Amino acid sequence: MQAKPKIVAAAAAVLLAGCASGPSPADLDAQFAAMMKASFRDQGIAKADRLKQDAAQAACSSDKPPAEAQAKRLEAEAMSTIKWPSGGQYFGDFAAGEKLAQSGVGMAWNNKSTAPKDNGGNCYNCHQIDRKELSYGTIGPSLWNYGKLRGVKDLNDPKAAEVIQYTWGRLWNSHAFAACSNMPRFGHQGILDEGQIRNLMSLLLDPRSPVNQ
Amino acid sequence: MKQTTLHAAVLALALSASGHAMAQDTAKGIAEYRKMLEDGNPAELYEMKGEALWRQKRGPKSASLERCDLGKGPGVVKGAFVELPRYFADTGRVQDLESRLVSCMATLQGFDAAEIAKTAFGKGEMANVTALATWIAAQSRGMRFALPTAHPEEKRFVELGKRAFFYRAGPHDFACATCHAVDGQRIRLQDLPNLTKNPGDGIGFAAWPAYRVSNGQMWSMQLRLNDCYRQQRFPYPGFGSDVTIALGSYMGVNARGAESIVPAIKR
Repeated sequence: MQAKPKIVAAAAAVLLAGCASGPSPADLDAQFAAMMKASFRDQGIAKADRLKQDAAQAACSSDKPPAEAQAKRLEAEAMSTIKWPSGGQYFGDFAAGEKLAQSGVGMAWNNKSTAPKDNGGNCYNCHQIDRKELSYGTIGPSLWNYGKLRGVKDLNDPKAAEVIQYTWGRLWNSHAFAACSNMPRFGHQGILDEGQIRNLMSLLLDPRSPVNQ
Repeated sequence: MKQTTLHAAVLALALSASGHAMAQDTAKGIAEYRKMLEDGNPAELYEMKGEALWRQKRGPKSASLERCDLGKGPGVVKGAFVELPRYFADTGRVQDLESRLVSCMATLQGFDAAEIAKTAFGKGEMANVTALATWIAAQSRGMRFALPTAHPEEKRFVELGKRAFFYRAGPHDFACATCHAVDGQRIRLQDLPNLTKNPGDGIGFAAWPAYRVSNGQMWSMQLRLNDCYRQQRFPYPGFGSDVTIALGSYMGVNARGAESIVPAIKR
């Protein structure tokens, strides 16, 4: 009996707080999900199911980075997805790699297929690579002299193995090294295939590549 | 012809440099190229078309748009653009300039709003919406953004827009924030405004609609957002869909105080 007025007062307080601050974050999350679902539609190869997030995307979708423990867990998960090159063959053709790095096409609704052969690497959009190309983006770090600066003089030298593996992993699934990296997960998401990544590896690491002159 | 010459000029400026000075000279070349572009902005043609469309009796009801309420009362055009998107009691929705124009075309002139929303950019009545938006926006040139935020729906749309801005998805894991949450970055040579705050006068939200030299088209904010989502590798956002309005609310509120230079001219 005596508790009743308190409960009413508490309920009133909740209502007032609700009026003052608008919908709760949980309400907004639900409204946001409904809004996204209603706002987008399939177009060509870009289907509406692309809005569905995996754990890594969901954790990196606010103005605050995930907590360190969660980030570490996501990085470990990403690391476990890296597919190392078949036959231990890490390298291809640096000229083909340059061509791929220049191309920004692929995976958009106006592209005809999602097959890796129809996709570019988008690399120059965000990185300086060969210094001769003046039109480069700055979202990612400069990759000019990438192999040279890391002391790669001979791709078969065991001392180069670590940077070679790191670079492959970065290209395959960048989230293994930074949970919310801005760099697409080229291998993991099926944007590029092994052969294409080999060509990019050569562009970055081969001592004969224009990048390392 | 003119375009080719300008591109050549930029290239020559850029190539004349070497080593450390190279990047600096490239930036200078781009700045000079932009300056040259400003001399003649074809957006003026769209402004003229838009003004004529506003006054012309059209549609099944053979009426003009002169009684359209863009937020500051029926027929008030000056200053309307820098206060949009905002909440409209008659539709019960937060609307941006383009979706509001379509509402007016439906109620005053009798056009089919759903049909217009389905029309491709640059075609039919959609081309008219873009021209109208260009003229109306131009009437607020030199004014500063001041979106109203008193209505709960306006507050809610800013919050929803913020969520949309940071929402990562798709094969490339891109969000709006991937390219637009840090100062001073570029894609290729294109400067990227930081849209999480006021990016400066005439930059970002304060620069669209804009005339795009690269494809010779007038780009409205709806088309700007549509093409951002294409490049994000997202599915297709509907014209005037809530996500596009919410992003406008978020960017517009962040741009509070920024001077509108609309219609701008872009690469």
